[in-house]
Amino acid sequence: MTALTERMKDGLDAPICITWELTYSCNLSCVHCLSSSGRRDPKELTTEEAFRVVDELRNMQVFYVNIGGGEPMIRRDFFDIVEYATSSGVGVKFSTNGTYIDAATAQRLAAMDYLDIQISLDGADAATNDAIRGEGSYDTAMTAMRHLKDAGFGEFKISVVITRHNIAQLDEFKAIADQFGAQLRITRLRPSGRAVDTWEELHPTLDQQRILHQWLLGHGENVLTGDSFFHLNALGESLPGLNLCGAGRVVCLIDPIGDVYACPFVIHDEFLAGNVRGNGGFAAVWRTSDCFTELRGPQSAGACASCGSWDACQGGCMAAKFFTGLPLDGPDPECVGGDGEYALASAGAIPRPSGDHSKPVAVQLRRRSNV
Amino acid sequence: MLDSPLKLHPSVALRPEPFGALAYHYDNRRLIFLKHPSIVDVVKDLEQHPDLQSTLSAHGIDEQHWDNYDKAICSLIESDVVVAR
Repeated sequence: MTALTERMKDGLDAPICITWELTYSCNLSCVHCLSSSGRRDPKELTTEEAFRVVDELRNMQVFYVNIGGGEPMIRRDFFDIVEYATSSGVGVKFSTNGTYIDAATAQRLAAMDYLDIQISLDGADAATNDAIRGEGSYDTAMTAMRHLKDAGFGEFKISVVITRHNIAQLDEFKAIADQFGAQLRITRLRPSGRAVDTWEELHPTLDQQRILHQWLLGHGENVLTGDSFFHLNALGESLPGLNLCGAGRVVCLIDPIGDVYACPFVIHDEFLAGNVRGNGGFAAVWRTSDCFTELRGPQSAGACASCGSWDACQGGCMAAKFFTGLPLDGPDPECVGGDGEYALASAGAIPRPSGDHSKPVAVQLRRRSNV
Repeated sequence: MLDSPLKLHPSVALRPEPFGALAYHYDNRRLIFLKHPSIVDVVKDLEQHPDLQSTLSAHGIDEQHWDNYDKAICSLIESDVVVAR
């Protein structure tokens, strides 16, 4: 633990990394959606309110924002908000399933500055991807990527959530990224949103986590991870990046109705710090909310205090513990020392996410015929 | 680097933080940490002086520490935060 990361635990004057979800509306119904998106919320921020959020981010010198949803491009003012942000010096990286990127839109995107795009893909083939993201979503994503390549967008990102079913495809994902001149980004599956119900079936096994750790060490800084796999550091050699839970310290989420949560994976009242519509706006929430102040205070290692790997993994991911019913001062459910599995056997009741904007249809995890 | 004329890259923004500053490079979208408040002051002021050593002098930094500042500035040149002028 360097002096710098120690300082970061106390929180920064402004976040480094903000996720801003523009809408709960989505044309897809992915089984692991961390925000349980589907239907728009009538209380979503208006265009004017979104502009005021950008003004605040600019004043706080937040250099870039990660826009997501739902599917952010569904909003009719999507381009207005993005252009307002980038022209204010707040760079934008947005995540999309690619449905709304046709040839003309790709050209429009390619002409913009300070803009980065992340296309979500959860399988290196249609069968694996569509089992998670829905019928046809693989072809949709590939088509969008072709449009971006043809438009000369440059190096966009392909964003993969690692599951039990796609973890064997890491090299194939890398090949797809190379084929499009894109950069691969892989992140950890959290049991948040709709994944509260699917995590158990989808999260990688312990053996798979070991393979992932080795693969990440081999691919170093060419593959982005959002520093989301720091719990794997307990396996030995540390992965590059910040080895800490940034929730409320360097990271936070602004949801579509302006609620501010400690991170994108904890949409629950327990981690709700305030709302950008309140007095003092976002800055007041970031700087003075009780929730964030508490997260920046000293954290107890609890049951992990006697473990020799604590310095390496810091107890793992708060969201993963919370939504599997584990105490926050104990092992991560995917603890590579095996303590998570042990803890899960006697875990408490699993909290439900605070909001559910799923479409009124049952979302089911389809089993692939070949497994 | 002590006798080189330097400046902060025009596409880099600095955000003050308790530990020093956060630098963001708008061209390559990289974040860089400046881990001491005094190096931040030096970096901001490079363009006002003929070279690095005169900047250090102007900031009252003892000559015995110049090596450390030289190393820090070299690493900032590598990450394109500081450039020659």
